Amino acid sequence: MKKRSIIPILYIAFLLLPIYWLVAMSFKTTGEILSGFSLFPQTFTLENYRVIFTDPTWYWGYINSIIYVSLNTVISVTVALPAAYAFSRYRFLGDKQLFFWLLTNRMAPAAVFALPFFQLYSSVGLFDTHLAVALAHCLFNIPLAVWILEGFMGGVPKELDETAYVDGYSFPRFFVTIFLPTIKAGVGVAAFFCFMFSWVELLLAKTLTAVEAKPIAATMTKTASSAGYELGLLAAAGTLTIIPGAIVIYFVRNYIAKGFALGRV
Amino acid sequence: MRTENQKAWFFVLPVLLLVAFNALVPIMTVVNYSVQETFGNNVFFWQGLDWFEQILRSDRFHAALGRQFLFTFLILIIEIPLGIIVALSMPRKGFWVPVCLVTMALPMLIPWNVVGSMWNIFTLPNIGLLGYFMNDVLGINYDMTQQPFSAWVTIIVMDVWHWTSLVVLLSYAGLVSIPDAYYQAAKIDGASPWKVFRYIQLPKMKTVLTIAILLRFMDSFNIYTEPFVLTGGGPGNSTTLLSIDLVKIALGQFDLGPAAAMSLIYFAITLLVSWLFYTLMTKDDAK
Repeated sequence: MKKRSIIPILYIAFLLLPIYWLVAMSFKTTGEILSGFSLFPQTFTLENYRVIFTDPTWYWGYINSIIYVSLNTVISVTVALPAAYAFSRYRFLGDKQLFFWLLTNRMAPAAVFALPFFQLYSSVGLFDTHLAVALAHCLFNIPLAVWILEGFMGGVPKELDETAYVDGYSFPRFFVTIFLPTIKAGVGVAAFFCFMFSWVELLLAKTLTAVEAKPIAATMTKTASSAGYELGLLAAAGTLTIIPGAIVIYFVRNYIAKGFALGRV
Repeated sequence: MRTENQKAWFFVLPVLLLVAFNALVPIMTVVNYSVQETFGNNVFFWQGLDWFEQILRSDRFHAALGRQFLFTFLILIIEIPLGIIVALSMPRKGFWVPVCLVTMALPMLIPWNVVGSMWNIFTLPNIGLLGYFMNDVLGINYDMTQQPFSAWVTIIVMDVWHWTSLVVLLSYAGLVSIPDAYYQAAKIDGASPWKVFRYIQLPKMKTVLTIAILLRFMDSFNIYTEPFVLTGGGPGNSTTLLSIDLVKIALGQFDLGPAAAMSLIYFAITLLVSWLFYTLMTKDDAK
């Protein structure tokens, strides 16, 4: 073991400590948590998890979140694909300005948009639906998906397109059967990022929902305030929110470094 | 070379429509509010630029803006060097690479309010791991609900915990793209580790570091959920960053006019600083 590997080890330990604490708390009873400090759960209990898996207001929170996150990922990547292709292959009137304008939407503070979003989605009758949250998250996910996909497509030589046309491929057939498989890593990375940012965002998701499509994160805040100090329950709910992210990241582990560079290395 | 083709507009049309629906309508609503006064019942009075003047002169806004810049400045000067150091000392190949990358990315995949709750649980005095360690083992009086200094240290450490990995992953992607031949050449020339870093590794990381600094600036400047859940802006107003203050004015006091004017000023500052960063960092490339 080399001397310098001490730095990543310390760093990872620092990352894992709060996560360990959350997981440890989730296996403790509320009584044990409040009675004082203990490094490991003294009376190991699954009660907190039982509550979450048997109470519909809890587990529907997870289902709601997963529905709108998946919906958003599909919409964002689908519309971003042709747009990214256009930006990487063609020059057209206002292309640079449009690209920059798309990126400025990543810079808009969500807090600025919360109230107008509520009014907008109420007026079109989408308030408290999964679609509303999925569409609202497009604001920052589509620009990001276009940016990532454009980076990956830029790395594919233009000769590929030209050869396909010479061989008599129509554009849609070329795009689906040849081009998409070539940039599948990019599609995976873009989907991963859309999933991630839609999953972690709460402010807009909470603003646009009331009962029917309420995300798990909002259920947590409500329970935390109404049920008093149910720390164990809160910790168990928190632990469960880490799992979908961990599963998704496992699938893109080989592309993750390049993916975070948005294909621009 | 890209070819000229105006029909490409059809390819970008769906994106344009979807983003415009989400961006233009709300921003116009905000602009509308920012120049009017309302007493409810959908009755509006023209107010001109009064709200803008009021916000720009208010001490409360200056204080929140100051705290916001301090926060962003502190997390940038910690996260960027720390991220580079961790990336430099990571293994380049082998079994541990995916393990490192996946664990490091984990904090970024946790919903932001859970990050806040997690750190809340972690720092509770006498019950939380950190709170217990500080108070009962080290004997340092640490309580972030009472002391502004503790609250600041906690939100900074939380952000470092949450986002340094982004810098690590970006820098790492830049590092692995350097061909081995560069290092061999440096070895033959007898270059010191510092020279290798300065003349081989840093230039290769430049593009990705630009992305990292820009993303970290934008996201930390817009941060809301994590500090709100952790400290609620307290104790007092000591950790009330811009977004938190904005939500307090808009939803807490329902002062829509001033809140809208503040939103626009806020957005303009974010755009301006991002643009400045971007031009400064890409200045050399243009030459």
